[in-house]
Amino acid sequence: MCRSQPTSWLGRSQDCLKLATRRETARLQTTQDPKLHTQARRIRKDELAARNYRLAASFPLFLLLIMVVGFFLRTQPLLEHSSVWEILSGMQWRPSAGEFGLLTFISGTLSVTLLALLLAAPLCMLTSLFLVEYAKRRALTAILPAIDLLAGIPSVVYGVWGLLVIVPLVPQISGFVQPWLGSIPLFAANNPTGYSILSGGIVLAVMISPIIISVSIEVLRSVPDGLRHGSLALGATRWQTIKKVVLPRAMPGLIAAIVMGLSRAFGETLAVMMVVGNTPLIPRSIFDPGYPLTALIANNYGEMMSIPLYDSALMGAALLLLVIVIIFNLGAALVLIRANRRAQV
Amino acid sequence: METQIKIRDLNVYYNKVHALKDINLDLPRGQITVIVGPSGCGKSTLLKTLNRFHDLADDTQVTGHVELDGVDLYAPDVEVTEVRTKVGLIAQRPFPLPMSIFENVAYGMRIHKLARGKELRDKVKHYLEVAGLWDEVKGRLNTPARDLSIGQQQRLCLARGLAVEPEVILGDEPTSSLDPISAKFIEERLEELKKDYTVVLVSHVLRQARHLADYLVFMYLGEVVEAGPAEQVLSAPKNDRTRAYLQGEFY
Repeated sequence: MCRSQPTSWLGRSQDCLKLATRRETARLQTTQDPKLHTQARRIRKDELAARNYRLAASFPLFLLLIMVVGFFLRTQPLLEHSSVWEILSGMQWRPSAGEFGLLTFISGTLSVTLLALLLAAPLCMLTSLFLVEYAKRRALTAILPAIDLLAGIPSVVYGVWGLLVIVPLVPQISGFVQPWLGSIPLFAANNPTGYSILSGGIVLAVMISPIIISVSIEVLRSVPDGLRHGSLALGATRWQTIKKVVLPRAMPGLIAAIVMGLSRAFGETLAVMMVVGNTPLIPRSIFDPGYPLTALIANNYGEMMSIPLYDSALMGAALLLLVIVIIFNLGAALVLIRANRRAQV
Repeated sequence: METQIKIRDLNVYYNKVHALKDINLDLPRGQITVIVGPSGCGKSTLLKTLNRFHDLADDTQVTGHVELDGVDLYAPDVEVTEVRTKVGLIAQRPFPLPMSIFENVAYGMRIHKLARGKELRDKVKHYLEVAGLWDEVKGRLNTPARDLSIGQQQRLCLARGLAVEPEVILGDEPTSSLDPISAKFIEERLEELKKDYTVVLVSHVLRQARHLADYLVFMYLGEVVEAGPAEQVLSAPKNDRTRAYLQGEFY
């Protein structure tokens, strides 16, 4: 039917096309004409390849699904014991008493990550803008390898550095800002040690900077010079060109760069764990200690497994972390889509 | 013939390469000057000295003087953005800015605070008309400029260049990436524009040079071999190389 009405092919559904292709294949296979035979083999090979690639492409999605389902099943015993709301909003973490409130840990993760991003993102944007738009080519080629090297340093090294440098420094910073900002709860000094959200945030900011910078540099370099020249030729200054032409065009990519940093910040465990204090309290000030989800899992998994539901609660924490990361990534994807649409204009 | 652009002892070095050698030229006001010559002879390099585009490259050195109406463009107290406002450039390939058609033309006027509100809208319309694009885009001024065809984009770039009210228009082979009809269209625009502007074009299409040029500059290996009123150079070239080039013996 499809063959007899070739003009209507385009309007027809995908299925009809497939059916037609299959019928065509069958017809070609039975033919004696060697030329047509080759054609049939090509079509069959294409189909086979398409099917395999589809399978390969769905594999990562499948992995994610397995993880979510696996964590969910292991969390089940806890969910039977207390409701999702109780777990998410619970402030108390007393496994021996059967209380598994995760709110302190959620707030720990979010505050360290957001602080890291607030510290890193503006600096990284300015760094990459300087290197691409203002610095000489030679400076860029000299600095790029160093940035890549920073990205490759093991996180425990950053942790030790944080322990030796940042943690002792934080009480001094705290003492320095108290006279001006001490009355604001966000900067209140309730914690005499340097093990704090700020320490975690600084260490994390340093850790995610290389990836944000190197992706941003690539994004900015992909903006064609013709665009810059078009603007400069009209007598625009460099900064006007950056603001009105380069940044709007690069915005989707720059957001993607920050999201990559964010994802890494969420998952980073060791270095943060070493400097953040690991006290299950909701941090009110950047100088308060905190306890991120990742640290909770890493510190406790494998120990005290005799306590009922302990293992289930840690699995729940892992699931929660996964869900938070997924939510942030989806949110970023939405922002990206909108930014992309605006960059088209 | 009244001189508008006076070039004296101009040398340009790319790194160690001596790209332009002792250029001395007087380019006439209100006429179309076409610079011709084989590829790599320094045509575009010469053009870029006129709006100080070499400032953008790290390893390029410019010595000598380029005077526009008696003012040295390379004098230390001259603002480069002012030079580029007075001397507009149409590039080889059009690069519409990542904004709407309207905003592309309004961009320069906004930057230099030349107009706003109704005046701005009227001027955008005016320059789109001058570039011969108004009728094609008047119904979709707020759509992205990149949706235009490449010929339309080049006319948009012309409109946006005219909008900052330059005195000189440079064209770096502005028709080389266009189809013949769009190219012809741009050529016609340029011929009309010489009433109000001084036009300096780089071209490697001899037909275009013959057709458009009032004043012709022939360059070879970074030097000006011959320059003069187009009729004179075309009909009776003084230099053997110029004659050979004009007869199509090398490109």
